[in-house]
Amino acid sequence: MIGAEFVPLSLPPLLIGTFAAVACALPGNFLLLRRQALIGDAISHVVLPGIVVAFLLTGAISTWPMMLGAAGASVVAVALIEAIRRLGRIEPGAAMGVVFTTMFAAGVLLLEQTDTSTVHLDVEHALYGNLESLIWLDAIGWSSLWDPVALAGLPPELPRMALALLGVGLFVTVFWRPLKISTFDEGFAQAVGIATGPLGLALVVTAAIAAVAAFDAVGSIIVIAMFICPPASARMMTDQLEVQVGWSAIFATLSAILGYVLAGYGPLLIGLNDAVSAAGMIATVSGVILAICARFGPCRTRAGAPSGIS
Amino acid sequence: MLDLICENGDVQTQDGLWADSPLAIRGLTVTYGQKPAVFSVDMTVAAGQMTAIIGPNGAGKSTLLKAALGIIPSVSGRVKVFGADLAQQRARIAYVPQRASVDWDFPTRVIDVVLMGLYREVGLMARIRGQHRARAQACLERVGMQDFANRQIGQLSGGQQQRVFLARALAQAADLYLLDEPFAGVDAATEKAIISVLKSLREAGKTVVVVHHDLATVRDYFDNVFLINTRKIAEGPVETTFTADTLQEAYGGRLAATQVDQLQAVVG
Amino acid sequence: MVLLDALLLQLGYNATLVSLGAALLGAAAGITGTFLFLRKRALVSDAVSHATLPGVCVAFLLMAAFGGDGRNLAGLLLGSALSAWAGLCCLNWLTQRTRLAEDAAIGAVLSVFFGFGVVLLTVIQTLGVGRQAGLEGFLLGSTAGMLFSDALVIAAGGAGALVVILFARRALTLVAFDPDYATAQGLPVARIDMLMMGLVMAVTVVGLKIVGLILIVALLIIPAVTARFWTERSERVVLLAGVFGAVAAYFGAALSASAPNLPTGPLIVLVSFALFALSLMFAPGRGVLAAVVRQRRFQRRVHLRQGLLALAQGQPIYEALTLRLLRRSGLARADGVATESGKARAAKALRDEARWEVLRRDHAHGPAAALYDGLRAIETVLTADQIAEIDRKIGGPKEVRT
Repeated sequence: MIGAEFVPLSLPPLLIGTFAAVACALPGNFLLLRRQALIGDAISHVVLPGIVVAFLLTGAISTWPMMLGAAGASVVAVALIEAIRRLGRIEPGAAMGVVFTTMFAAGVLLLEQTDTSTVHLDVEHALYGNLESLIWLDAIGWSSLWDPVALAGLPPELPRMALALLGVGLFVTVFWRPLKISTFDEGFAQAVGIATGPLGLALVVTAAIAAVAAFDAVGSIIVIAMFICPPASARMMTDQLEVQVGWSAIFATLSAILGYVLAGYGPLLIGLNDAVSAAGMIATVSGVILAICARFGPCRTRAGAPSGIS
Repeated sequence: MLDLICENGDVQTQDGLWADSPLAIRGLTVTYGQKPAVFSVDMTVAAGQMTAIIGPNGAGKSTLLKAALGIIPSVSGRVKVFGADLAQQRARIAYVPQRASVDWDFPTRVIDVVLMGLYREVGLMARIRGQHRARAQACLERVGMQDFANRQIGQLSGGQQQRVFLARALAQAADLYLLDEPFAGVDAATEKAIISVLKSLREAGKTVVVVHHDLATVRDYFDNVFLINTRKIAEGPVETTFTADTLQEAYGGRLAATQVDQLQAVVG
Repeated sequence: MVLLDALLLQLGYNATLVSLGAALLGAAAGITGTFLFLRKRALVSDAVSHATLPGVCVAFLLMAAFGGDGRNLAGLLLGSALSAWAGLCCLNWLTQRTRLAEDAAIGAVLSVFFGFGVVLLTVIQTLGVGRQAGLEGFLLGSTAGMLFSDALVIAAGGAGALVVILFARRALTLVAFDPDYATAQGLPVARIDMLMMGLVMAVTVVGLKIVGLILIVALLIIPAVTARFWTERSERVVLLAGVFGAVAAYFGAALSASAPNLPTGPLIVLVSFALFALSLMFAPGRGVLAAVVRQRRFQRRVHLRQGLLALAQGQPIYEALTLRLLRRSGLARADGVATESGKARAAKALRDEARWEVLRRDHAHGPAAALYDGLRAIETVLTADQIAEIDRKIGGPKEVRT
């Protein structure tokens, strides 16, 4: 696979997939520990109405309005969930279920009512993305990486995803301590003056940014899977948050690369002609990694300390 | 006894009560839904002493503490810490939440929890240095947990968890220590260790406020009591305030008759 | 007019059967979902529904491989049930045998099973087996071009689930509301839980064709949440959820039959949500409007009471809201000085505080004293005679300082 075709055909999707996976996995660690793992699920569902509305408003498939629409929809969804949870005194899971199904339904209905025959906008695409199509036609080999003319022809998803990953990484690094303290002990965090409310919101917004950027490139399956599976697997490997985040990045990368390779080359091995969905395969691989960690990970069960008396 | 309402903190300032007290609360009301958990409470904590907040279950003891720290919202009332607003005095307060309020399955080690106490000092990005670690380690030593620094917190017993929380508060090097039920569900050795640390804090001139549930130990441990049952019942030195009368008023029907007899033995 | 025809079941035999089947399914889903919701496991249904996809695909592949019609609905539903069951087992294993919390386990199962299902979907496309396009319909549901036999399967499935619920409703309700009590009563809680999950699976599987696997959770969650606003009684929550589910599903299906480009699943979900939103706002008791009114009234009571007590003790009032309320009630003047009626009310408030204080000191009134919360009028816990008795201990009324 490291032939002349690798750089134009496989390198960009591999990188995009990896960046997307890691960008989702990083905030996923905190969401997991805060028992908000399903926020990722909710966000990835409401992305659809966001882009449909953006399309209706602008009348064209253009990236930035759509990403803004998706991000706006995420914020609306999170606000709605919170409002329904508080106003209706409903448990968060159910509130989430009400909001994301309704918004998704609205998205599908709008899409069906809109004439999208001329543009590439459909539910399937929103779900699985199209990682395989993100190719770099201007590249002729590794040397293209130093060729500014060729670089200009990179699929725009690549720099965008890299930027999103950078932003997510920066947020997690800068706010590492308050995130850790407030995730562990919210009361103490407030007592030492950490604004836990805004910080929690910032975390969700960061997750939404990662989700929206990743969704644009790879579809929403990967987004849900990467928010949860790599951090959950990593939690089984270690009892230290710093190490956990490291493992989650490794697992996310592994899922992305293995998943892409398996999707592209696996079917050929068993005699099929075409590749299968890379996004689906990446999610599947992350599930296999989770299964292995849940079965054999050194820290897979609760510590089980004697309670009460020392 | 009936000065329970004081909408007006400023008059008190002229009295000097606001300015001197490490923690002064005026007219604090907190409600859960439609029922006040704390109703119009005034509290003036005496500096350099140990004060117990006493009251039956659900009387608003922890609520009072949390509302005073702004952790839960209040309907009305004002709080001053060392004569100034809470926001300016955060660095002088160390708060120890109830042990059960956090998920001990969190992936971190004992020493990391203690280092959280240095958050205000170290800030967002600055490196944790050797001196910080040494201080955290020293705090662990004060609570007798020096050998557990690298232990995962999920492996600790209840008493050990409580000691770690106290060590974290010590690391804050505060002037006012607020502890929420530190003796709940801990073993005798831990209770002894904690009380000796608290007493040493008092020796050093610090102020200690403890939400406490064990009436039998109040006389041994504390200088002052604050009795609460939704509203303030009584506040003052243990000798004069911790009496059968005030206890009956605070606990009302929630104290069985036999308990009352025992208490009368305790309070003399 | 077409809509009216649809609602009145005038759009042909298939559409009628679909609408009725949807209503049955909606009722079954609403009721089943209530049990899930009350056990705070609403989103488990999300994992179950997403976990059906690989089963649908595998069933299709198998049926096609053995020369049958890959689109046989009964076969596809059987496959989806099996893989939903596998997903449920994974979910239980993750929550019981590892440290993962349920929400994380739900997310992991739904994303991985769904991802694997998508892989299988692309395999089916690759194989180029004829007539595979129908499978995408399972994602979002489609009633267009539904066969009569398909409609029959759905109607029968919905009715069957309802019958099972009818027989097991007592046990299900008891376990959902108070599992500990149910255990103490000797009910086989684990098995009843399994029945509940079985029903969730049945509803999901039957609903796949109409609503689609992404939106079927809405049918399980929204009616239950909606019903909760209207009543505190368990049997009524269950019943109402069934009604809401049936109404939403029936209207949704009928609406969708009335015009082209109106997909059934999303319409059913949106009708459900409309019912939910109305309930959230306007339900008496738990609704937002009622709560806002109550909260404002309560805040006024707190401030008035605190204000009166401050007046009684001659303390100035600094909180603007307190003063405004006192003024509006004619109890104080703009400068914070009590009016005549204000003085009377303040004296009464102070006196009540003193009465409460006596009450609390008195052993005999323990339970009554425990009702003190700063707002409750003492007349609500004592008789006039008892109050008079207390007043004797306090002594006569005193002058109020102003």
